[in-house]
Amino acid sequence: MEEYLKLFVASAITNNMVLTQFLGLCIFFGVSKNLNASIGMGMAVTSVMTISTLLAWAVYNYVLHPLGLEVLMLITFVVLIAGLVQLLEMVIKKHAPALYNMWGIYLVLIATNCVVIAVPITNAESHNGFMTSFILAIGSGVGFALALILMASLREKLQYADVPKSLEGLGISFILAGMLALSFFGFSGMITL
Amino acid sequence: MSTPILILMVLTSLGVFFGFLLAYSNKKFSIEVNPLIHIVEDVLPKGQCGACGYAGCMAYAEAVVLNPDVAPNLCSPGKDAVAKLVAELTGKAAAPMEPQIAQVQCAGTHDKAKRSYAYTGVEDCVAANLLFGGPKSCKYGCLGLGTCVKSCPFDAMVMSPEGLPVIDPEKCTSCGKCVSVCPKQVISLMPVGARVRVNCNSKDKGAVAKKACSVACIGCSLCMRQCPYEAIKMGNNLAIVDAKICEEKCSEAVCLSKCPTKAIRPFVTGIVPGTENEASMTLACASCAK
Repeated sequence: MEEYLKLFVASAITNNMVLTQFLGLCIFFGVSKNLNASIGMGMAVTSVMTISTLLAWAVYNYVLHPLGLEVLMLITFVVLIAGLVQLLEMVIKKHAPALYNMWGIYLVLIATNCVVIAVPITNAESHNGFMTSFILAIGSGVGFALALILMASLREKLQYADVPKSLEGLGISFILAGMLALSFFGFSGMITL
Repeated sequence: MSTPILILMVLTSLGVFFGFLLAYSNKKFSIEVNPLIHIVEDVLPKGQCGACGYAGCMAYAEAVVLNPDVAPNLCSPGKDAVAKLVAELTGKAAAPMEPQIAQVQCAGTHDKAKRSYAYTGVEDCVAANLLFGGPKSCKYGCLGLGTCVKSCPFDAMVMSPEGLPVIDPEKCTSCGKCVSVCPKQVISLMPVGARVRVNCNSKDKGAVAKKACSVACIGCSLCMRQCPYEAIKMGNNLAIVDAKICEEKCSEAVCLSKCPTKAIRPFVTGIVPGTENEASMTLACASCAK
């Protein structure tokens, strides 16, 4: 149990997908302009990441690995996640319209995002077990949501700051992200797996 | 079995599996969308301004078609024409749409409103408002930094040299964007046919308001007593004009004459109240009315 808790904290904070591994930067900068959107996106990423990781784990361990087709990992995972996201969108739209209104529009945006595909690949490459994969996926999702929400709250404040002309918009956002990453760097070494 | 064949088999079966799964679930989870929604959406101006109170034109179209309680005349940029079409399409009774225009309830130009400090920060009212409620001594007046001008999706507002925004009556669609963006809530929507308006938003007591701005409404209620139709009421040290009564019953604006600060004025659009510009326009109007 303690091991899983450690794994969760490690994947959410010390090995944060965005701020220490620099994955998923497109969403990180695209959807962090406002706090509400970033919360929706964070939830969408977390759920898609978890479900797709579990599915990818099954496919990898029961199909690809026994057949010796590890080379197909990337292409298979892309197809899996893209298909899954579409399916998920339909199901949510039909059965939970309220949920769909909240973060449905973000679902399609993350169909083949690097941060979503990074978790299944990490799991496959380090031959993680089912539970470990599951925890890693949830942890990474929560970590991503955390980074996104932090960034969005900072950028909302940034709108009223007097930014030099040459740095307006994305420029200052990257600097901000760098500082955020630097502060997350302080967590490194806190947990060693 | 050789690897290439295996690869082919795995990928094909994966593709076929997802293809069928998605095709099946597309049928199974399909939602019937009323085709009328799309027709109504096409009729709307698609400014996505949100004046109707919904997230966008699509959301309003959906609401107006599916919910019998949603009125067909909520789209203010579309004015009467769109309201009629939407009413026709949805089979609802078309209530006439009162054309409205945004107005700034402040006449505190640079020379009239006192300042308590010099503001040199970001050119944005929201930012200025964070700093002790802005540089003006009056805490209710227009800050004049043009957040509303920037927010206007129809380019209907400009900042006048006197430091108050001017609204172009031709372009204003009464979408209410400026109303919601103003940190002082000094902008409101007013029927185009209104006759008089109170150009002040100060809820301070008379003496305090007057000290901060020479054209403030001091809440003396002289105008209220002048009005024979009881169209003017007092609230929060401010005169409030009921535009409807005013428009329907009154033929001569007697309320204007007694106002000691000239805070209540004829309703003329497209100018800053209290400037020379206005004087000439009111004169022109008065002479043409005769």
